[in-house]
Amino acid sequence: MSRRGRSVTAPPWPVAVPAAFALLFLGLPLLGLLVRAPWGRMWSVLTSPTSLDALRLSLITATSATLVSFVVGVPLAWLLARAVFPGRRIARALVTVPLVLPPVVGGIALLLAFGRRGMVGQYLDSCCGITLPFTTPGVVVAEAFVAMPFLIITVEGALRSLDTGLEDAAATLGAGRLEIFRRVTLPLIGPSLIAGGVLTFARALGEFGATITFAGNLPGVTQTLPLAVYVGLEGDPSEAVALSLVLLAVSVLVLVLLRDRWLRTGAAS
Amino acid sequence: MHPSVALRIAVTGLSALALAACGSSSSPSGSPTTTGSTTGATGAITVFAASSLKEAFTTIGQQFEAANPGSKVTFNFGPSSTLATQITQAAPADVFAAASTKTMDTVVSGGAASGPQTFATNTMEIATPPNPTTPVTSLADLAKPGVKVAVCQKDVPCGVAANTLFTQNNLSVTPVSQEVDVKAVLSKVELGEVDAGVVYVTDVKAAGDKVVGVVIPADQNVTTKYPIAAITASKQAATAAAFVAYVLSSAGQQVLAAAGFASP
Repeated sequence: MSRRGRSVTAPPWPVAVPAAFALLFLGLPLLGLLVRAPWGRMWSVLTSPTSLDALRLSLITATSATLVSFVVGVPLAWLLARAVFPGRRIARALVTVPLVLPPVVGGIALLLAFGRRGMVGQYLDSCCGITLPFTTPGVVVAEAFVAMPFLIITVEGALRSLDTGLEDAAATLGAGRLEIFRRVTLPLIGPSLIAGGVLTFARALGEFGATITFAGNLPGVTQTLPLAVYVGLEGDPSEAVALSLVLLAVSVLVLVLLRDRWLRTGAAS
Repeated sequence: MHPSVALRIAVTGLSALALAACGSSSSPSGSPTTTGSTTGATGAITVFAASSLKEAFTTIGQQFEAANPGSKVTFNFGPSSTLATQITQAAPADVFAAASTKTMDTVVSGGAASGPQTFATNTMEIATPPNPTTPVTSLADLAKPGVKVAVCQKDVPCGVAANTLFTQNNLSVTPVSQEVDVKAVLSKVELGEVDAGVVYVTDVKAAGDKVVGVVIPADQNVTTKYPIAAITASKQAATAAAFVAYVLSSAGQQVLAAAGFASP
């Protein structure tokens, strides 16, 4: 559907003017960040213990949340796309809820379910002494809750639009279901897996609301980069701007990589 | 179809970077009972006040309007530091009431206000959940291992007060979380996720039976001063001055005392 390379050269002004506004609207705030950034002491801000702790924690938790999403999210995507079971429509709707739910509400919901007094959390606490709030695993839980739907929806879409002929062929040739999944299906949806994974990672990296509500804010333990940015605004706003640039750089990098990847997939299918 | 979905999802992800949460309290206090002296002030004024003043100032505003027919008081409650920034950036405020003298000083030194007066003080109290997992009965209990404590983050006034409280009592407290504001600390206590939270006396009072307060003895406690000042650039200087006077009057002080504030 994308028509790269054959685009219209001179768009009519009723299109060009609003389009230019939209681009300015989206671009100017980012430009503001760049202009107001404390370039002179950028390095010292970014290498301060608080920043390094937050950066390290963000990378660890976002990677973990992405891994968790792959382990349980891809099987769910397959189930939603291929299996017929009662309540599939409800399950599909449930998966999209974290996408539209304000993250803070997600954080409260997580507290009510997995908190120390939560529905499930109270038993985790009494049986095994596991409490998630205010811990690094709690951050991973919050990030996975918000980010996993990106992977599930991307992979489910790819599976649904997949030509099942190759899988059928593999089946007639005697391959087992697990072998078909591993050797035929997975390679076919590879690009979507990567795209979904990158999106999930980016979303987990930027997660704020659910994290601060469910996991709290403690440097080195639960204070990820977005939390450090928010807290920084109260103390040293220029430090917050410097940290924001790190998140901005990662986001832009991810999106540039992703858009390329996605367009190629779109053209191929 | 794929590129458009990708873009939509990408935009959602980006916007989440900018998401920030704001907590605010919502428990109304008693209805106006007494009315102060009428000054004949008219016109609409906007009062920028620290969030911890929400209940008391809402009542004071109603009383002021009743005592001064033709006047209208609108409030903008928020974190003192944010309000101070807005005022120095020329936000249309007529009166500023802050939760710390340091914050007021930034406004005064910027020339936006002069002659601030302390109208109330607040002290700290320990809030605990009604059915505690680990009971906390004294300030010293906060330093015990296994006790989960939430405080405000170090740059907001209640976090500064909590840190002063710990150092002046030689306590080594390792909080499980440094929350963004005092109301966030309170909600973690209400949900029972922490065993104790260091908040203002007035917050414990406003929370009613949702938390149980553990009083900190006066000789161990920390006092926060609340200054108020009319804004120099106000177009309603007379009404602004009348409001400041009303807060300092016995009628205003009565409302503040009912909310748990002490007089300066």
